[in-house]
Amino acid sequence: MTIQFNDETFRDDYTFHNSDWAIRRFPFPFHEDSYMYSVNMEQHRGGPAGSVYEKRFDVDEHYVSEMKDRAIVLAEDPLRCQSLPHMTLAGWDLLELIMVSKSEDYPDLFELHRDGNDWRWINRPLGIDDRFTFLDEATLPYGPMEYITRQTQGDFAVLDQRDENLWMDAGMVTTQADWSLDFDIGMNFFEWHAPVPLAHEMGIFKRALKFLLNVQQGNPARRLNWTMTVNPLLDTSPENYHKWGIQKTTLTPENIGSKQHLRVELQTFFRLPRSNALVFPIRCYMIALQDVVTVPKWGRRLHRVLRDVPVELATYKGFIGNRPLIVDYLSQFDDGLPTSDGIWPDLDTEPPLRKG
Amino acid sequence: MSTFRFPPSITSRPVYGTLAPRPGKAHLMIADAEGAEALLDLAAADPELFANAHVIFIPKGTGDRFTEPLKAANPSILHVGPSYAASVPRIRRVLSDAHMGLQVYLAGTEGLMGQAMNEATAAGIPHSAIQTEHRGSVARRMQCVHCKGITEDVMTDPFVCAHCGLTLFVRDHYSRRHAAFQGVCIDAEDPGNIPDPVELYS
Ligand code: HEM
Repeated sequence: MTIQFNDETFRDDYTFHNSDWAIRRFPFPFHEDSYMYSVNMEQHRGGPAGSVYEKRFDVDEHYVSEMKDRAIVLAEDPLRCQSLPHMTLAGWDLLELIMVSKSEDYPDLFELHRDGNDWRWINRPLGIDDRFTFLDEATLPYGPMEYITRQTQGDFAVLDQRDENLWMDAGMVTTQADWSLDFDIGMNFFEWHAPVPLAHEMGIFKRALKFLLNVQQGNPARRLNWTMTVNPLLDTSPENYHKWGIQKTTLTPENIGSKQHLRVELQTFFRLPRSNALVFPIRCYMIALQDVVTVPKWGRRLHRVLRDVPVELATYKGFIGNRPLIVDYLSQFDDGLPTSDGIWPDLDTEPPLRKG
Repeated sequence: MSTFRFPPSITSRPVYGTLAPRPGKAHLMIADAEGAEALLDLAAADPELFANAHVIFIPKGTGDRFTEPLKAANPSILHVGPSYAASVPRIRRVLSDAHMGLQVYLAGTEGLMGQAMNEATAAGIPHSAIQTEHRGSVARRMQCVHCKGITEDVMTDPFVCAHCGLTLFVRDHYSRRHAAFQGVCIDAEDPGNIPDPVELYS
């Protein structure tokens, strides 16, 4: 299908919205009625047609507006995009991966023409038509990682692999769930995950790292992570927390359905060919609670998950204070019926909400 | 006693050891304040070590207390500097001559050790040739996540950022690159509601 790009904002007046299409394809992150951290990784080999899993780099109706928001963030704070000197080759690898993938997966939106190292890149939604020399930084307006990630939804962490560990040595991070690239750059896998509760003790990071070190070129992997965000604010950064933190206190029973969002990250892992680096795109999807509950299965399940999620997780994810309001609201959409396995909406098979 | 046992913490927080004499062609020792005691213990353990030692010491409010004892240990070179910042050019210069087999000993506050560690690794000294020992103050070097300014020697939680003036709480999350812990606005969700500062580890 051709995508109609929304003209919308993720700040100030918050005109962000999801179409029915975007709601139905939302990556609902819970495959059962409860949630706990796990090593939830699988191959990233496509998925049902139209789903966010189908393409290597999903492009949706928020694309153009998200890229405008990224430009605003970078103008205010260029430290959101950093690359240590040894990571430039990985940046070219990433540029190639994205340009090849997008031009193959969305030929109507993106074109890549290559003649040796003379490349021409056409990005129709953003109105870009650039010629440059592959591997020659002087021919691009930004470094290769910054150039391509200003045109690609989601945050990007580029990891150098050495000493049996991954090192966060480059990144573009403007839609993060409250962590700072400027602070974390240069850290290894265990260091940047240090603030996460419970998972270290559960051995999750040891096993996850082992898996990641073995991700092979052409064999990407993926997982989902989630949190809760008040207002569809993409830039929930620690840098700006003193400005947006107050918004968490504005929920009321009347506005919660439209203000409180479930925020889901589709995280993928690709091995890069020349640098042997690993790239970790973190694609953020947001949905208002009032839109979640239009899918009866999701309404039932989200209520149960958020009600029962361990205090440590609700605290870390920053919604412990609002949990009572959220659970209260969602309880209206849980009639106690069982739910089907898996994350898909199952609209044709799951019963509508029983009014009680 | 100038030693402090840090309680267990998260995986980004550095842990420090106890300096031990190691064989090496040359020895670079950098310490501030009570860190001098760790160097003196080292000298007591192996007096020979100091014959090839370049000692850079920043008294940091300890006055002359440690200068005579350090002199008495007979290091090849003893430099007493007024501040860590003032010593950086010297540290870089010394490290630029570093040969294979240089051993680095860092002792004192976390801020000193973290920053000197960065100098040493930037100069190509392998981690296996660098030892650390915490002594004295548990003050922290803090990066304000909002304005990026560094506040040195933070003794309380919360504290006021020396650059932007926000009141920040003290996290255990630590960046080796910044040689600093992270400070985050404490009253973002309830402006003006700032708890009384409490001394770290009290
Ligand atoms: C190499 C790619 C990865 C990067 C760059 C990355 C990065 C991060 C970062 C920056 C955080 C926030 C930590 C903070 O509070 O400051 C985080 C959280 C987390 N990460 Fe990763 N991560 C990666 C892979 C994984 C994998 C493979 C797992 C598998 C289990 C995982 C599990 C988690 C969990 C459970 C959290 C806590 C999230 C929450 O509760 O909202 N991460 N990650």
